[in-house]
Amino acid sequence: MLEHIELFFKSIFIDNMVFATFLGMCSFLAVSKKVTTAVGLGAAVIFVLAVTVPLNWLLDQYILQDGALKWLGPEFAEYNLSFLSFIMFIATIATMVQLVEIVVEKFSPALYNSLGIFLPLIAVNCAILGGSLFMQSREIPTLGLAFNYGLSSGIGWFLAILAIAAIREKIRYSNVPPPLRGLGITFIITGLMAIGFMSFGGMLTGGEEPQATPEQKVAGKKEKKDKKKEEVDENAISFHQAVQK
Amino acid sequence: MALLSKKDSKLILDPLADNNPITIQVLGICSALAITAELNAAIVMALSVMFVVAMGNVVISLMRNIIPPKIRIIVQLVVVATLVIIVDQVLKAFAYELSKTLAVFVGLIITNCIIMGRFEAFALANGPWRSFLDGIGNAAGYGIILVIVGFFRELLGSGSLLGFHVLGDPIEKTGLYSIGYENNGFMLLSPMALIVVGIIIWVQRSRNRQLIEEN
Repeated sequence: MLEHIELFFKSIFIDNMVFATFLGMCSFLAVSKKVTTAVGLGAAVIFVLAVTVPLNWLLDQYILQDGALKWLGPEFAEYNLSFLSFIMFIATIATMVQLVEIVVEKFSPALYNSLGIFLPLIAVNCAILGGSLFMQSREIPTLGLAFNYGLSSGIGWFLAILAIAAIREKIRYSNVPPPLRGLGITFIITGLMAIGFMSFGGMLTGGEEPQATPEQKVAGKKEKKDKKKEEVDENAISFHQAVQK
Repeated sequence: MALLSKKDSKLILDPLADNNPITIQVLGICSALAITAELNAAIVMALSVMFVVAMGNVVISLMRNIIPPKIRIIVQLVVVATLVIIVDQVLKAFAYELSKTLAVFVGLIITNCIIMGRFEAFALANGPWRSFLDGIGNAAGYGIILVIVGFFRELLGSGSLLGFHVLGDPIEKTGLYSIGYENNGFMLLSPMALIVVGIIIWVQRSRNRQLIEEN
């Protein structure tokens, strides 16, 4: 239970898809002009992520991973199909999005009217494929946790697009320098918000993690060969630490 | 330009500046920002995208008359995914360290909006040679922003370019460091990529006032 809560808050705040890994930026920037449309797209992202991440987890566990085909018999134990994961994941996502669209249209026209136009957009949203790829690279152990991961990453994305849409609605009344208007200022605001979100880094550990705060990162950088890895790798490592606890 | 007609060279040159995929069309930002802390990762990413867009454009353009319109998105995704798997396997075989740095972002080339955008907007309506040029041009426009961002982030963040310490040695205090210069570690954090791109947009639109958006 505890690890579920931990993963939930971690994916929403610390590893927020938009602010920590820049996933789904295209639609994030394009659809965040109004709060109402932002809410529609955000809800669709939560929905699709919560469906596709557990599905792709099953696919990864029972078909793609090294030795995952063992259940077919001992002679299949040596196969490693993980090089096929991109194509399998994207196919799952594209089919699921189509399926969801058809089902929603049939059973809930109201929901279809609010989500419908965004669903085709979502098939090529990096946040969705990114969710599945991170699920694979972080080696999420159980199906329940995979569902939790999809759901909470979606909620994190929803939160981000809602916040930026609200700010963009307000900023229309401000006197922004003309060349920065529109896209430019949105980039800079997103950057500032991302810096703000970094302060959640110490939330689960009480601030003890070395890579959690900017000051410590600067300090750590002084060791010559200790080159800073990508943000992503660190997040992956800290996820392992969190799971091992 | 004897090799290319005027119309064809426009296909390559336009996306470099006034119709840049990142700063004007707002496409392909997803995978662009997270890997620009080091210049060589940015260059490899730009080349991978160039390969995928150019080849994908050619393939889609050759098949444009036989793809049923209803399932074209899936066909496009399969073409991209195949090309990206090739890139991924090549990187893993010949540049393993780098492929670890790029991690999942190689896979995310599949959902890079530039690629789908070019397939939809160009390759489905034009011949293979023009599609190829269009792909090269757009990927170069994407790459140029990546390289600019990577250049400034690595130079200001770790005082090096492509791994060489161009500003002197931070430990031994040579070069610029001997007069008290310090690296700005802040530049290595991911949010700074967004702010650097914001500044690039600012500079570009100040130079070319036609690009300014009505609020």
